[in-house]
Amino acid sequence: MTTSTTTSYLDDGLTIRSWLTTTDHKRIAILYAIAITAFFFVGGAAATIIRLELATPQGDLVSNDAYNKLFTAHGVIMVWLFLIPSIPSVLGNFLLPLMIGAKDLAFPRLNLMSWYLYVAGGLVTLEALFLGGVDTGWTFYTPYSTMFSNTYVVLTLVGIFIVGFSSILTGLNFIVTIHTLRAPRMGWFKLPLFAWGMYATSLILVLATPVLAITVVLLVAERLFQIGIFDPAFGGDPLLFQHLFWFYSHPAVYVMILPAMGVVSEIIPCFARRPIFGYRSMAYAIMTIASVGFLVWGHHMFVSGQSLTASMVFSLLSFIVAIPSAIKVFNWTATLYKGSIRFDAPMLYALGFIGLFTIGGLTGLFLASLALDVHLTDTYFVVAHFHYIMVGGAVMAYFAGLHFWWPKVTGRMYPPTWARIAAVLVFIGFNLTFFPQFLLGAEGMPRRYHTYPPQFQVLNLFSSAGAGVLAIGYLLPLVYLAWSLRHGARAGDNPFGAKGLEWQTRSPPPTHNFDTPPNVPDIVYDYRVDEPDPAAEAVR
Amino acid sequence: MSSVALPEPHAEPGTGKLGMWVFLASEVLFFGGLFLAYLYGRTHWPLGWAAASRHTDVVLGTVNTALLLTSSAVIALAVACEEDERQRRWTARLLALTAALGSAFLAIKGVEYHAEWREHLFPGPSFALDTPGAQEFFALYFVMTGLHGVHMIVGIAALAILAHGRRHERDWARADHIEIAALYWHFVDIVWIFLYPLLYLVQRHG
Repeated sequence: MTTSTTTSYLDDGLTIRSWLTTTDHKRIAILYAIAITAFFFVGGAAATIIRLELATPQGDLVSNDAYNKLFTAHGVIMVWLFLIPSIPSVLGNFLLPLMIGAKDLAFPRLNLMSWYLYVAGGLVTLEALFLGGVDTGWTFYTPYSTMFSNTYVVLTLVGIFIVGFSSILTGLNFIVTIHTLRAPRMGWFKLPLFAWGMYATSLILVLATPVLAITVVLLVAERLFQIGIFDPAFGGDPLLFQHLFWFYSHPAVYVMILPAMGVVSEIIPCFARRPIFGYRSMAYAIMTIASVGFLVWGHHMFVSGQSLTASMVFSLLSFIVAIPSAIKVFNWTATLYKGSIRFDAPMLYALGFIGLFTIGGLTGLFLASLALDVHLTDTYFVVAHFHYIMVGGAVMAYFAGLHFWWPKVTGRMYPPTWARIAAVLVFIGFNLTFFPQFLLGAEGMPRRYHTYPPQFQVLNLFSSAGAGVLAIGYLLPLVYLAWSLRHGARAGDNPFGAKGLEWQTRSPPPTHNFDTPPNVPDIVYDYRVDEPDPAAEAVR
Repeated sequence: MSSVALPEPHAEPGTGKLGMWVFLASEVLFFGGLFLAYLYGRTHWPLGWAAASRHTDVVLGTVNTALLLTSSAVIALAVACEEDERQRRWTARLLALTAALGSAFLAIKGVEYHAEWREHLFPGPSFALDTPGAQEFFALYFVMTGLHGVHMIVGIAALAILAHGRRHERDWARADHIEIAALYWHFVDIVWIFLYPLLYLVQRHG
């Protein structure tokens, strides 16, 4: 264990050039982390202004138009530049090869190319925002986006198109890697659930993103040449746009949540010192969610005028997604049963995830019910629901994973107390921000307006105050994680006593991941309660 | 058991081919959106679709179909020749021939586009046909054949580079790379096999 003297991937070239031309999946993950963090705070800044505006019923901070552009910027940046790439491109990139005992991804150069595509697409999108922004909402519904909006729609779509390429290439790389580069004796049912999550996510990235790409192509053609595909004024059909858009954008929700489920499935067993309950059912549940997820897009269109038969089928299929989701929640809970639970920061985030994901999932059933949805659609109930899944689910899990693997990635331990404080702040801030929005939506406050009737102000004030707490909760890790890079305690190779292959190598790992080939255990998640936990004291 | 070496990225047989298959699956969904739009248009405006389809050039379309099918056969031959030690001298020439057939396809497509532009079949204010739906047909016609053309250009470039590299015995112009390029080329060909009847043969007898 000569952690400090042997070279790691971080020492393998110290120039900026060596980073920008690297094909090492671990370094590319770091590149992604830096870019994604920047976009996260840009998108967060937009959200902050939105919440400030909504503190009062009048539109006194920004104009109508500016407000429209703000929520569009927030949505576009958070969905395409943060949530979709976050866990796959940062944690997945770093961990997938380590977890399956591979030296790198199957196509290392393609991996670097997908980072450049991501940055290029992101910069094009940002440029559109700086030139004057877009006011269509992240959904780009026609005919507003084709005929009426006088903003930078085309430029933003070009940016999204380029980022889509990056998604497809990452997904392709992960699929081929999992198929061909597993270590000897690493069978499919010895894969950690994080790897299963990456596999299912990659399938969605590869099969859904191209549909968004072609939709974007048609939308741009419609806007530039008025060809009559989506715009009724020229003989097109706006519903066709909605079908194509949601065929991508609903599965995209699972691109955000399946990796999050993978992260939580790694953390819960480690900090409960119990094998994951129902490993195979967890793997099957991930794959079921990924496949059924392709067949539920119509639940975004219950009030669009689509046929009642279609709506009923989409409603039924949406309810069916609840089954594998519930299997996962029950299995995480069952894993905790009689566990020896330690409330370290990653575990706090993971437990927060379970609670918030459950609320997000259950409120999804409200929206999947045809009659209720007519009342709730386009209200703050919907906003609250998807933020519980995307922020309460995906972002919580991203922070959980960031803390859990931080010692592996950097070789340093984060300050444990500060990390716990931040986790609790995020949980409180999140609920304070978004729970009132369920109530606002149920009372009928519509989304996407910068003014509202005065009786909604109290709940909106709670929400805005919560956003402030949430912002502090997100800024804290930025500070103490950066601090820990230089001043954090040396973490050791396996500070949490975790069982994955990634913990068998050094922290930070060497360039080719393993000095000696890892030992693939006979069963995955081989945690025992009675086993002495070597690291418990070190972390406390 | 821990002494077993780990698989090397890139060196595993079949990695590149699997990558191409996954990419093609993605491509199917990419064109899938267009086929959905086509299906929608054709069921809503059967008359417009039939009327517009009669203005496509079926002779040139058929010649192009023949060219592309031939090119697919030629590249299959190239793959077969590369596998046989004695026939390997043909590989580069067959790859170049495939690229040439593809280029001929694009040239003919250009002639078609030119004629259609002159006849005001490009969607816009001066569009020539007034049957409802005819303009949507031609919108999709240009988007579908245009995107197919972009895929052709990528394929032709890849084949030309491979043919050149193969002739000069470059390392990267290997059998598996030729096979991967052939997979892509066949896919582009198959897309055309669907486009041809959908665009040129709608109620031709009417």
